[in-house]
Amino acid sequence: MRPSPARLLNILVPVKRAVDYAVKIRVNPQQTGVDLNVKHSMNPFDEIAVEEAVRIRERLPKGSEPINITALTIGPPKSIETLRTALAMGADTAIHVEIPESAPAPEPLGVAKAIRAIIEKHKDKEGVDMVILGKQSIDDDLGQTGQMIAGLLGWGQATYASKIDLNLEQKNAVVTREIDGGLEQVRVKFPMIITTDLRLNEPRYASLPNIMKAKKKPVTKLTPADLGVSFEPQMEILKVTEPPKRVGGAKVESVDELVEKLKAAGFNAV
Amino acid sequence: MSRLWHWSRRCSLVLSRQNSTLASRLNSITDADALHFAKVLSSPTSILSILPSISTPPEELDIYNNDWMGKYRGKSTTVLKPKTTQEVSEIVKWCNDRRIGIVPQGGNTGLVGGSVPLRDEVILSLSNMTQVRSFDPISGILVADAGCILQSLTDYVAPHNHIMPLDLGAKGSCQIGGNVSTNAGGLRLLRYGSLHGSVLGLEVVLPDGTILDQLTTLRKDNTGYDLKQLFIGAEGTLGIITGVSILTPPAPQASNNVILALPRFENVLPLYKTVKRQLSEILSAFEFIDRTAYDLAVKHGQGRALSEEDVKGAECFVLVETSGGRREHDEEKLNNLLESLLEADEPLINTGVMAQNPAQFSSLWALREGVTEAVSKEGKAYKYDISVPLSTFKECVDLTRERLRSKGLLNEAQVKAVIGYGHVGDGNLHLNVIAKAYTPEIQDALEPFVYELHPTEAQYLLSTASEL
Repeated sequence: MRPSPARLLNILVPVKRAVDYAVKIRVNPQQTGVDLNVKHSMNPFDEIAVEEAVRIRERLPKGSEPINITALTIGPPKSIETLRTALAMGADTAIHVEIPESAPAPEPLGVAKAIRAIIEKHKDKEGVDMVILGKQSIDDDLGQTGQMIAGLLGWGQATYASKIDLNLEQKNAVVTREIDGGLEQVRVKFPMIITTDLRLNEPRYASLPNIMKAKKKPVTKLTPADLGVSFEPQMEILKVTEPPKRVGGAKVESVDELVEKLKAAGFNAV
Repeated sequence: MSRLWHWSRRCSLVLSRQNSTLASRLNSITDADALHFAKVLSSPTSILSILPSISTPPEELDIYNNDWMGKYRGKSTTVLKPKTTQEVSEIVKWCNDRRIGIVPQGGNTGLVGGSVPLRDEVILSLSNMTQVRSFDPISGILVADAGCILQSLTDYVAPHNHIMPLDLGAKGSCQIGGNVSTNAGGLRLLRYGSLHGSVLGLEVVLPDGTILDQLTTLRKDNTGYDLKQLFIGAEGTLGIITGVSILTPPAPQASNNVILALPRFENVLPLYKTVKRQLSEILSAFEFIDRTAYDLAVKHGQGRALSEEDVKGAECFVLVETSGGRREHDEEKLNNLLESLLEADEPLINTGVMAQNPAQFSSLWALREGVTEAVSKEGKAYKYDISVPLSTFKECVDLTRERLRSKGLLNEAQVKAVIGYGHVGDGNLHLNVIAKAYTPEIQDALEPFVYELHPTEAQYLLSTASEL
């Protein structure tokens, strides 16, 4: 389903509740992961995605048809706070796919399949025109979900976006991507997947009136069964360890001593 | 205490470096003295001196001789950095016998010229005394050397889920001995009280070199006279603090903050009353910054700005922080407060923003804590840290601005801005006058005017440099 200027633009923003980036993480005693009894907040790249969706709305010319921004999260009951933050930033509605507290974190393929199921559910209503999400989450750094959704749905994808220019009349977007060695521009048609990179924008503070309004915005609760998906892990984590501790260096008194030590360590002049 | 000190300091400056009676009765350190100290101090890094026997390059003494703002410059020839209390005692005794003047120095972050020499007094820096002596995780009592940096102590007690009872913008450089000597207040005073309450004991080297060991780890001790209270805030004039025993409170399990935009300064006090009442025991900071101070902080990139929409029509801002034991409980209280503020018939606030994660929490705080640095980047600051009745904050700032305007000094080339910000909760205003350069003209317009401000309603009780 394609948007035309007179129709609603539907943006889906998946967000993830992850360990806050400022937390000092520690490996758990079983060496199967990190201690999760710490502060969590919205994955920073997903925050950028929510912010971009809100800015897209703000950039629309006055008098345009309104767009709908739906925030989505897959997680335990506590993840509802992440949705409230998205709503406070400007999302209109939210979907919470609830999984038990004790369940392992969903993997990208499971998440992508769930998002496909949700989009297919929406097809009967107005459809989803754009999915915008973080390029990776800061807990697993896998960076696969966006690409997998595109693959499963057969949609175009523009990843590592640092600038998005929508053209609603032409039904496409020109996206600037961050790549090794510089920037690349791609044109992608609706419906599309975009993953956000750090330089896309700086997320706003949630203003108080919006925080109050967010409490009244609707949140739809779904279970994995409702979507016909399973979050059974495909990967098994064998071991998690801290990186080896750095050993101290030594100070030398002269260049000659330095050369001596380098030779002793096996470095030779070329 | 502070006022006397500040008066004597002003006198010596006003007399443009002629010998005041005090200074002329002190002797300068000689090369022989320097040699003696080099022998007595355990490490060669403990003495810097431009005197012939040591011959340190003069630039290395600059950071000790000059204050943080670059406004006050001392002419000391020698910096001593003892490593133990015993060394401090020996230095003080030697200097006392020969009437050599000493300036005790901690982090040198003070903003009123109290930490640098007037002439060539010896600088006795506590920077090399950085050991934590003990910490009891049950009582939270920390015993540390005076030269420990406040941030380091915060980091030390953090794994034990404790925090230092004071917090200030200079935390990365200021030392606990200096904090105690100046009875520093800071951002947490509202919640944890002043150092007069949280310091349990002190180890002090008296002016004749005697080591007075009143370091106790008892929470309550009513035996004898409470001598430590004399040294807290004495600014090193009665003795040099070498060790501190301090009570550290449990770390809050949940912290939140909001910045509120107010349409009028007059709303600050009623807002404070409401906030105090509704947040009650979880309120941990209530800070005020006027619009100009906020704009400066944003201009110099101290923290991320609020959106244009949120700051429209705001005359001033208030930062409220909550700290408590349970996140849900605190959020409920905070949300109720914010709802009642927004839905009131005559709202005290225009709007506000609330931090959604630790990064935003720090960013909002940075807008307040960064004002000092922003001021330094904007120009040369005249800083007046005064305690006034809360209702008169704005008037103080306005009267000062008016004074400068009437003297024709309020313009881009001379005084660029007059701002006010501070700890409303403690009645403590930071009045800053930001000039292009320090000039006698501006100084004369400001002093003694600031000390004699007579607002329309109340008589000010000025306790200048109340924190520094």
